[in-house]
Amino acid sequence: MSPSTTTRRHGARAVALVAGVAAIALLATGCSSSASTDTSTGAAASGSGDKNYAITFLPKNLGNAYFDTSDKGGSKAITEFGGTYAEVGPATAAADAQVSFINTLTQQGVGAIIISADDPTAIGSALNEARAAGTKVVTFDSDTDPQYRDLYINQATADGIAKIEVDLITKQIGDTGEVAILSASANATNQNAWIETMKKELAANHPNVTLVDTVYGNDDDQTSFDKTAALLQSHPNLKGIISPTTVGIAAAARYLQTSQYKGKVALTGLGTPNQMRDYVNDGTVTAFALWNPADLGYLAAYGAKALIDGTITGKEGDKFTAGALGEFTVGKDATVLLGEPFTFTKENIADFNF
Amino acid sequence: MTTTTSTQTPTGAGGGAFQRGLRTFLRSRETGILAALVIVVLITTIKNPSFLFSQDGFRDLLLTPSILVLVAVGQAIVIITRSVDLSVGSVVGLTAYLTGRLFIDVPGIPIIVVFAAGMALGAALGLLNGALVAFGKVPALVITLGTLYAYRGINVLWAGSNRVNASDLPKDFLALGTSALLFVPYLTIIALIVVLVAGWYLRNQRGGRELYAIGSDPDAAQLYGLGVTRRILVAFLLCGALAGLAGVLFAARYGTTNSQTGTGLELQAVGAAVIGGVAIFGGSGTVYGAAIGAVLLLTINRALPILGIPDFWQQAVVGTLIIGAIVLDRVLSLRLSRQLISEREVSA
Repeated sequence: MSPSTTTRRHGARAVALVAGVAAIALLATGCSSSASTDTSTGAAASGSGDKNYAITFLPKNLGNAYFDTSDKGGSKAITEFGGTYAEVGPATAAADAQVSFINTLTQQGVGAIIISADDPTAIGSALNEARAAGTKVVTFDSDTDPQYRDLYINQATADGIAKIEVDLITKQIGDTGEVAILSASANATNQNAWIETMKKELAANHPNVTLVDTVYGNDDDQTSFDKTAALLQSHPNLKGIISPTTVGIAAAARYLQTSQYKGKVALTGLGTPNQMRDYVNDGTVTAFALWNPADLGYLAAYGAKALIDGTITGKEGDKFTAGALGEFTVGKDATVLLGEPFTFTKENIADFNF
Repeated sequence: MTTTTSTQTPTGAGGGAFQRGLRTFLRSRETGILAALVIVVLITTIKNPSFLFSQDGFRDLLLTPSILVLVAVGQAIVIITRSVDLSVGSVVGLTAYLTGRLFIDVPGIPIIVVFAAGMALGAALGLLNGALVAFGKVPALVITLGTLYAYRGINVLWAGSNRVNASDLPKDFLALGTSALLFVPYLTIIALIVVLVAGWYLRNQRGGRELYAIGSDPDAAQLYGLGVTRRILVAFLLCGALAGLAGVLFAARYGTTNSQTGTGLELQAVGAAVIGGVAIFGGSGTVYGAAIGAVLLLTINRALPILGIPDFWQQAVVGTLIIGAIVLDRVLSLRLSRQLISEREVSA
């Protein structure tokens, strides 16, 4: 009895060890954020003429349709003014994933880095080193703290977003009736700012429209989906839903699509064309808004050019021309606003892929 | 073991099968949960008749819990063997994303192949859990906590920030997630079949009974000569396969999957099983209970907003109800065991 038990225990221990190692290995593979370097080797200082127009886009991560679109816009602009376009970036968006890319670009001496920051502070010192070496830093989509960059291209203001969403929904429901909001999480700063502005806008300009409820889908498909169902049941007179989050609007649209309320309850908000294409084409959703990321990248590229040229320094009131988009003025904190959000409808949605 | 030991009740002779059946029904641990479910549905329907009687209301009542029911049934099978599988949420996420990728990367792939692939991946992931638990003799809580993160990590690695959209999936497949046959949604039919088959297997088949034996007393089961390792492997494999099936259906129902799909589902599944009377230390409970627990959990979730309870309070209310259900369950089971003891004394 006893020898057999001991050998078995030895065996068990060995297996346990193997299992433990396997678990650790699994964990390790699971957690490593794989900063795979998809470097298309940023063009080394190859300026056209006497200016260094080597401009590199550094998105939050590669393989993201949103950044593919914005960077394509940037590429178009850079081709227009005869610069060299490149794009590098980490595989997954992590707070410090961009640091090594910034350092490499600094060593290569590119003219400008156009970056969507994964973190407002973590990449700060790397960016300041780049600037000390003469590289201009433009942020777009997601900003760093102002002291780390020369210019920020802001896609939209809270006022602009709130106003277009209220405009879209009130137009669709005939400016009278009950509406509700399906937000992300209850503590999302940007969402709450938009909701506050929407409330003011509704109260001021749309007295016949009442906001009856605000629910939170936590940017989770399933939760947003179920909250939409609950909204429709608990407010039988509901005429419209505003969802200022891309996850929320897609989930709500998916619920409406197969529900008895399709076509009776209007839905609008912030969404991306790929997520919303089906619902717009079959009439579940008439119109939704978002900025145009291609324009955002285009403007960022011209902003970088203006900095390289010395046309602007980031001072409030500086003006520059961004190709087809026209003239822009630098605002407070070296920020340039792209403009009003873009409205996507059945007519134009086929032109976009992000 | 379970409480279905055949104690000869004193009044049993004259009662007849119906009375005996009724008594078993009233005594069973599932009944309390079923009653709670009926009360929730009744109150909500009185407050807002469309909860039950509108076309959408009736459909959602059946449809919403179906996916969780599948995961909870798998979870119950594992918990009955005195283990737990915390990785099911990540398995659902991986298989849901696999479903989307298959439809995108292999145009025209038959839906049945996607179902098979999803269940196969789920089963493989479950088997890995089972192997680590059964051969490593490491507590399942630790192993599956590890694989919960590992599987999610693989999902993040694979999906990145990509997302599968409803427009990427075939219409026929999406219809599976929302359409109905004679007012009963397909998802509910699938869930119902799974519950009935699993329930029958656990109650009537040797393999199923052995799962209870292992959960009641693993050492005794081992000494008795039961194939403990093999049974544990099978339990985890079934749990994984059901999570895989749930993942495919998740894609059909919600149409959107990304790297975070299914996050948190594991705790809902454990919660559903526990609410449904599956003892967390194994050896007792049924998959019927777990299924009713899943329906109760999600129906409460849907009922609260209709009852006008603000968003911020809903989670607290759900938590209170979970504790309440467990207390109720505990009281019922204590009463039952007292009753059984006194009956034994009488008959002795």
